Amino acid sequence: MVKKADRPIRVLVGKPGLDGHDRGAKVVAAALRDAGMEVIYTGLHQTPEMIATAAVQEDVDVVGLSILSGAHMTLFPRVRDLLSEAGRSDVLVIGGGIIPAEDIERLEGKGIAKLFGPGTASQEIVEYITSWAESRGE
Amino acid sequence: MMVTDGLIEGIRQGRIPVLARAISLVENGRDGYERLLSALHPLVGRAHRVGITGPPGGGKSTLIERLVQVYRERDITVAVVAVDPTSPFSGGALLGDRIRMDSLTLDPGVYIRSMASRGAHGGLATTTREVCDVLDAFGFERIIIETVGVGQSELAIAGSADTTALVLVPESGDGVQVLKAGVMEIADLYLVNKADRPGADRLVQEVEVMLGIRRGNALRHVGPHHGPATTGSGKREAEDVSEWSPPVLTSVAVSGEGVTELVEAFDAHYEHLEQSGELERLRREGLARHTRDVVDRALSNLVWQEGDGAEILAEKLDDLASGRVSPYKIAHDIVAHLQEAPE
Repeated sequence: MVKKADRPIRVLVGKPGLDGHDRGAKVVAAALRDAGMEVIYTGLHQTPEMIATAAVQEDVDVVGLSILSGAHMTLFPRVRDLLSEAGRSDVLVIGGGIIPAEDIERLEGKGIAKLFGPGTASQEIVEYITSWAESRGE
Repeated sequence: MMVTDGLIEGIRQGRIPVLARAISLVENGRDGYERLLSALHPLVGRAHRVGITGPPGGGKSTLIERLVQVYRERDITVAVVAVDPTSPFSGGALLGDRIRMDSLTLDPGVYIRSMASRGAHGGLATTTREVCDVLDAFGFERIIIETVGVGQSELAIAGSADTTALVLVPESGDGVQVLKAGVMEIADLYLVNKADRPGADRLVQEVEVMLGIRRGNALRHVGPHHGPATTGSGKREAEDVSEWSPPVLTSVAVSGEGVTELVEAFDAHYEHLEQSGELERLRREGLARHTRDVVDRALSNLVWQEGDGAEILAEKLDDLASGRVSPYKIAHDIVAHLQEAPE
């Protein structure tokens, strides 16, 4: 049987924690959609458990997290760990928001593949995900 | 193939991550998906499939959250398939139905899956049905399929549900707009949501009259002035069990008003289908149609993927564009070539 050429990359965009600012998350979600991805947006005020559960149910390739409240050191790694516990250590977890430089390094050490700060062009995120998906192959 | 065996085993064990993987396999038409569906087939047919369609902004997702809550109070497991359109330009999709179903996320008796319509080849109906088959085999007792109902492709989806509800809202304006879209003919149940808003009563009445006209009796749905109220039960004429007359219900999804009645109407419709023999008939019909869809898909694959269809077309494209040959001639050649091809 001939394999279909490719399939859309599935991305969950979630906002863990309590801040109510989702403009950035929505802009990123729209940019990813425009790049041909299937984006599941789960809305505000999600617990890491909710995000991980939704990511498993939706069988996504990528989880993109956004936090502007400063709780990233707790919540980002928690999502990562829950995904791994569910047997989905293959999911790419990336993040964005107001994140100090020293935290970025620590988060990357905890399995958050890449962090995008304020001012990032959305195209940069698209390219990052696309090249990750290509390098992963299938 | 090993992958498929693992998936089948995982589904039998009730493992959600495996279910999610299996659905992707089916959705993407990956190697082994037909084998998976074939193996699961004996387990399919136990769930009650409910299709919920209607114009965007009608409150379908909110309504579904409430519906599932009622089912869960009754200890019934539910899967939700929420279909949203794929952009024909980018091929991407923004799937936001989960936002309204927040409270269901952590319930292990609920599974929610967002699907993009993708369907460049009208494949949506086939894949949605197949995804529902996987969920059915997994053991969910209710499967709710949510689609934005504005065109014909949604009707096809409705065709794979046992019960189809059309959700309307007062602000969709002129009721006739909705009525003429063709969706009116497929619903087993009509729901006027946001019924606390102005115009709801009039919409209910318009729908009832429209249904009456369709059935050749304009006053059938208008209750008598005196005596017991008869509207909304779904079974207005006790002696006539062979025919279902679609009830027109009202709800305010945000407050949960009318949702229990909706669940009861779904159950009543299912009971009607079972007792009248209609369920058996619909499912036989559905299986036949589905088999034809699978054949169509296989044939299309045979021509365009495995066969020389694409090459023949590319070769003749110049002649076609310059008007020397017609599309019909080329199509004929492609099919003839397929028939000649050795096994």
